[in-house]
Amino acid sequence: MSTILKVDDLVKNFGGLAAVSNVSMALNDDELVALIGPNGAGKTTVFNLLTGVIVPSSGAITFNGPNGTVPINGMKPYKVANLGLARTFQNIRLFKNLSVIDNVLIAMTSHYKEGFIQSVFRLPKYYKTEARIREEAIDLLKIFDLQDDINVLAKNLSYGIQRRLEIVRGLAMKPKILFLDEPAAGMNPEETADLTRLIRKIQREFHITVLLIEHDMSLVMNLAERIYVLDHGSLLAEGTPDEIQQNDAVIKAYLGEEA
Amino acid sequence: MQTLLQQLINGLSLGSIYALLALGYTMVYGIIKLINFAHGDIYMLGAFWGYYVINYWHFNFIFALLSAMLVCAVSGVIIEYLAYRPLRHSPRIAALITAIGVSYFLENGMSYLYGSSTRSFPQIIKQVNYHFGGVQISNIQILILVTACLLMILLQLIIKRTKMGRAMRAVSVDPDAAELVGININRTISFTFALGSSMAGAAGVLIGLYYNSIDPLMGMTPGIKAFVAAVVGGIGSVPGASLGGFLIGLLETGVQAIGLSAYKDAAVYLVLIIILLILPAGIFGKNTKEKV
Repeated sequence: MSTILKVDDLVKNFGGLAAVSNVSMALNDDELVALIGPNGAGKTTVFNLLTGVIVPSSGAITFNGPNGTVPINGMKPYKVANLGLARTFQNIRLFKNLSVIDNVLIAMTSHYKEGFIQSVFRLPKYYKTEARIREEAIDLLKIFDLQDDINVLAKNLSYGIQRRLEIVRGLAMKPKILFLDEPAAGMNPEETADLTRLIRKIQREFHITVLLIEHDMSLVMNLAERIYVLDHGSLLAEGTPDEIQQNDAVIKAYLGEEA
Repeated sequence: MQTLLQQLINGLSLGSIYALLALGYTMVYGIIKLINFAHGDIYMLGAFWGYYVINYWHFNFIFALLSAMLVCAVSGVIIEYLAYRPLRHSPRIAALITAIGVSYFLENGMSYLYGSSTRSFPQIIKQVNYHFGGVQISNIQILILVTACLLMILLQLIIKRTKMGRAMRAVSVDPDAAELVGININRTISFTFALGSSMAGAAGVLIGLYYNSIDPLMGMTPGIKAFVAAVVGGIGSVPGASLGGFLIGLLETGVQAIGLSAYKDAAVYLVLIIILLILPAGIFGKNTKEKV
């Protein structure tokens, strides 16, 4: 197993507030890792740093892709995305007024070429590319039982399905790493169980690394191979679910004194 | 009946020019929420370019039109790059005022360089009038209508069916999320300006042929009217802008036909006021409620 993403001494200050301080972590190929911590611990900030939305104050993020090692610090978000780092959002950020299939096709933008002349004059090559890409998108939607909704506007889907579509949109980017920001937020236990199965399936079928932020402990303990615990912007602990459940510092900070 | 049909033809010809211009306003607004007041001046640049290449390089109509579209597309991209991009994350009012500044810069820059006199646009296509039962339509009017409609269909296809069009729609819905699924926002915005400006360039050459006169300030009034057209149709909506353009064109010729030429501009603004009172989001506008 080799390291695909390496984070060294990551720091992010907002004014005087250290949102993230000296966080170091490593993600391996095909691994499912969870990032947990109390509200305000800096989990989403870490995601934003890793996907290029915000630039770190100091520290290094390196991605070990097929084309060698690439530093991500300060890289534009779309470039980070095209390297193979996809994410979902804590509050769903689908393209609400666009159809399900368009949401998926948009995420595939960087994976095919379409000449301007070809598409304007509708040359045969345009139809070929368009047909191939659509088919690919529909295949992906089928895996997640969304094939009947392809022309529905994203905003008209139910909450759970919107979450699922957001994951599909992430997968359409053919990522190496998928970041899931609280995928189970607002779900009932049944939906959470579905989601757990879904994430397992994704990992098995797509062979990608998943980093997951989640508050739902049943989901985390069920799925994660390793867990990082963040508190007040610093790493409190790292280990397997069993180790984390028995870690005194974690229990004190996160699960509560009495636990 | 004849007069009505005649005015309908005149109105549609003028309206298609407004529609082409309105498309630029609506697309740019849709993607970066900026009312690009310099858009009317891009149309003026297109007309001047057409004037020069026809007079000095002896271009025919098609080449004059295509080259004007290209030149305007490039100008639009440069203006966005130099004037609006640095203000992308500033308050919207800053970009709006900059747009007014760019508009003055283009108008006065052209006046300074080439003089502010009105000049007559070379008539490369000889005007021929056809008569159908008392209604007169010129070949230039047909040309304007056909060109404008072709361009609008083309634009609609680009937006609805191509990769770049999908990227444009994604950026207009949620720029941050679009960037995180791998869309190059800057390139998408440049492309939008290029598309919108090329439509304005085409409109400039067409109006030169139709009205036969151009001057550096010619973009002001049509620019504002096309903006009204975009608002009437629902700003941000592409079909809305086309419809709005045709409506404004018809209205203007209609008012002229009943002998109120002096009030034709007033009539346009009156319609704007009424539409905004009844349908604040325009005809095709989505009624956007701010979420709390």
